[in-house]
Amino acid sequence: MAVDTLRTVILDKSGISRALTRISHEILEKNKGLSELVLVGIQSGGAHLALEIANSLEIIEGERVPVGSVDITLYRDDFKSQTPHKSVGKTDISFSLEGKRVVLVDDVLFTGRTIRAAMDALMDHGRPRVIQLAVLIDRGHRELPIRADFVGRNVPTSIKENVEVIFSDKQQPLEVVLEK
Amino acid sequence: MPEFKHKDIIALRDLSKEEIELLISTAENMREVNSRDIKKVPTLRGKTIINLFYEASTRTRTSFEIAGKRLSADTVNITPSSSSATKGETLADTALNLLAMKPDIIVMRHAVSGSHYFLSKKVSCSIINAGDGAHEHPSQGLLDMLTMKDKFGRLDGLKVAIVGDITHSRVARSDIQGLTKMGSSVYLAGPPTMMPPGAERLGNVTVCASMKEAIQDADVVMMLRIQQERQGKTLMPNTREYSRYFGLNPQNIKLAKPGALIMHPGPINRGVEMSSYVVDGDQSHILKQVENGVAVRMAMLYHVCGGEME
Amino acid sequence: MSLIIKGGRVVDPSQGVDDILDIVVDNGKIKEIGKGLAAPSGSEIVDAAGKYVVPGLVDIHVHFRDPGQEYKEDIVSGTTSAVAGGFTSVCCMPNTNPVIDNKSVATYITSKAKAEGLCNVFPIGTITQGMHGERMSEMGELKEAGCVAVSDDGKPVKNPELMRRALQYAAGIGIMVVSHSEELELVGEGVMNEGFTSTELGLKGIPRIAEEVAIAREALLSEYTNAPIHICHVSSKGSVRIIRDAKARGVKITCETAPHYFSLTDDAVRGYNTNAKMNPPLREAEDVSAIKAGLKDGTIDCIATDHAPHHLDEKDVEFNEAMNGIVGLETALPLSLKLVDEGILTLPEMIDKMSCRPSALLGLERGTLKPGTAADITVIDPEKRWTVTEEALHSKSKNSPWLGELMTGAAACTIVAGKVVFSGR
Repeated sequence: MAVDTLRTVILDKSGISRALTRISHEILEKNKGLSELVLVGIQSGGAHLALEIANSLEIIEGERVPVGSVDITLYRDDFKSQTPHKSVGKTDISFSLEGKRVVLVDDVLFTGRTIRAAMDALMDHGRPRVIQLAVLIDRGHRELPIRADFVGRNVPTSIKENVEVIFSDKQQPLEVVLEK
Repeated sequence: MPEFKHKDIIALRDLSKEEIELLISTAENMREVNSRDIKKVPTLRGKTIINLFYEASTRTRTSFEIAGKRLSADTVNITPSSSSATKGETLADTALNLLAMKPDIIVMRHAVSGSHYFLSKKVSCSIINAGDGAHEHPSQGLLDMLTMKDKFGRLDGLKVAIVGDITHSRVARSDIQGLTKMGSSVYLAGPPTMMPPGAERLGNVTVCASMKEAIQDADVVMMLRIQQERQGKTLMPNTREYSRYFGLNPQNIKLAKPGALIMHPGPINRGVEMSSYVVDGDQSHILKQVENGVAVRMAMLYHVCGGEME
Repeated sequence: MSLIIKGGRVVDPSQGVDDILDIVVDNGKIKEIGKGLAAPSGSEIVDAAGKYVVPGLVDIHVHFRDPGQEYKEDIVSGTTSAVAGGFTSVCCMPNTNPVIDNKSVATYITSKAKAEGLCNVFPIGTITQGMHGERMSEMGELKEAGCVAVSDDGKPVKNPELMRRALQYAAGIGIMVVSHSEELELVGEGVMNEGFTSTELGLKGIPRIAEEVAIAREALLSEYTNAPIHICHVSSKGSVRIIRDAKARGVKITCETAPHYFSLTDDAVRGYNTNAKMNPPLREAEDVSAIKAGLKDGTIDCIATDHAPHHLDEKDVEFNEAMNGIVGLETALPLSLKLVDEGILTLPEMIDKMSCRPSALLGLERGTLKPGTAADITVIDPEKRWTVTEEALHSKSKNSPWLGELMTGAAACTIVAGKVVFSGR
């Protein structure tokens, strides 16, 4: 295996944990508590992080918020250019979104296209009162008018670089790496 | 990550185990779309699907049509009564004329086995087989497997009995091809007049001397439809006697494993293949099959729509 | 006009000849056969060194579609294909439109063949009027008009009483009855051999017994009437056994097979290949072995092609809709030479089954190189390698299951009545 990519750890496990705790506090502050709040993570990284945030919120407030996951494969806008088609992941939102304050969770915010697709998917599940966006990393290069409400860390990147959140076998976040 | 690299889906015989697994897993996840209020995703927006049905079919055609619509494709149905088939136009000409209207997928049912392979050589769009003669009915095979997987969580190691007219059944062939690839054992039973030569060579298949032998300890009992027009006058005395020896009833159902799945591709002749008691009983998963049919067909449409391959 | 064929391996089973010899042809007849013959001055010289020189091949089973379906084949294209395959005489089946059930259609064929054809064409008349299986045709007059046999080929004579009387009547006239043996009720809607392949492809099968039941009937009718009968295109193991048993009892039964029945199995149908669709259908490996054994032990008297041209539009369709039959005149020789390579037949035995025997069965006065007889001669290049392509086939129709395949062996020179009509591909 040729290793000519340069790999830098930009956030370690405890760094991720601190960022998620901060995000949790910001969510609580902005929404004035847990009332009507639900989390929906984007498959697959965002879904794992949504559970982490839910745990964090539970520690702070002593109450569990509903957590769902959304797979955006069927809502992608680059559908035609994908050959062959990706396998479709699981969407699991077992609660109503009607009138809810939805915090959408993703691992890395990049072009914004995934978020656009996820919002379309959420709308097909009902009409939330508000959708907010929480991401662990914002690496810039937006192609759509989308911004995050809660950001773990802003990482300026070049378009050619790749940012990836690494998860353990138990889907717990281990580190964030930047590959050149 | 598994990939689906076929332009067409004509027969489960042509697909690998991994490709069948991919279609089933996609179908599992497609079900979420069917369970919500807004049963539609934009995936195949702008795609055109022609349902070309040379044989009458309510359930399969409707199921494909709903599947296409839930993926936001435009679906058009063409049936023999409204087609040019009666005017003596050949299948190739009909297909080329349809192709000129730029469909992305043609879903066809045709009475002649293998006609989809013929069509595939003539047209550039994707072809999905909705049943060809006595050859295959891949969407039925997939939905049967999905229904079994729902119940048992696996297909590997299942004992599946298929009872009825094996010779004329495309459902049986697709089930046999799919199930034996996935590691199930298939046991066939039917009057010897309805058992095709070499059936035991189709896969991991055992041809049984009696219905009892086939359904003994089975996890799944699949009953095939008896069609008077197919079996004609020479294959059996009448439905009364057929039902007596090859019908599923509250007594012989006990031979299968407790809680065994009872399935039927439909439409059912109540009192012939199965007594009403069985059709409406707890073990019957016939409506579950129909429900899974939409998800399976969405998965098929989704994966063949991947663009130019091969 | 004279001609000398020099230095070839002359194989003529009719005289028990197999040696390096020269043949002198003069005035359309064989003049002399021997070693180191001198050619009369001005003779055309055919150098046959390294080649086989044999009595012109005779195919007693072709469909030339003329009159009526000339878009598939006609007498000109059919005989062109025949001579390219090394055949100097063919017998054409009567299922034309109109059928050959009267003197005028038979005369049309013989006169057109004489005027425009490249080889001898012997018509076969029908057994029954209109091939309807109801009344015998005028066999006496058909014979007078040049018919060398009677057959309802393509359709069996269903009524056993009528077949019995036809056998008796034809024997009285001295014309061979050629039977397309098939029990249609057993064929049903079948489109290929009934077996594992038909099970897997989901195509309706034609059981072997559809052929065997009918051949058994013909053997018994022939035995009972003591009249000769010839069975067309034998394809199955059981058929070979029935005919072998009948011959052992002294029944005047003879038969033919076609190259596809000893070269292909029903595996050729896979992919729904309509060029592998014929009637009787391609069978299985054990049948191919039995056909070869039948050729070897003499149960099967001749190799005939059942050359059945069909237009692309009749083959490039769904499998069930496709017409039965394949073109065979140009591939028969290389495929039969394979039997020699495999040691199934000796070269003289192969020539006997493709020339002498069929000629003798129908009384054609061909199939020999004896001085004084018609100079119908085929020079075979056993080493010639060529690929079967649409362009390579001289027939109007291209429905061959061997398209794209390499063949070894071909006619290097075909001579009909002393005239070179084909000089190699």
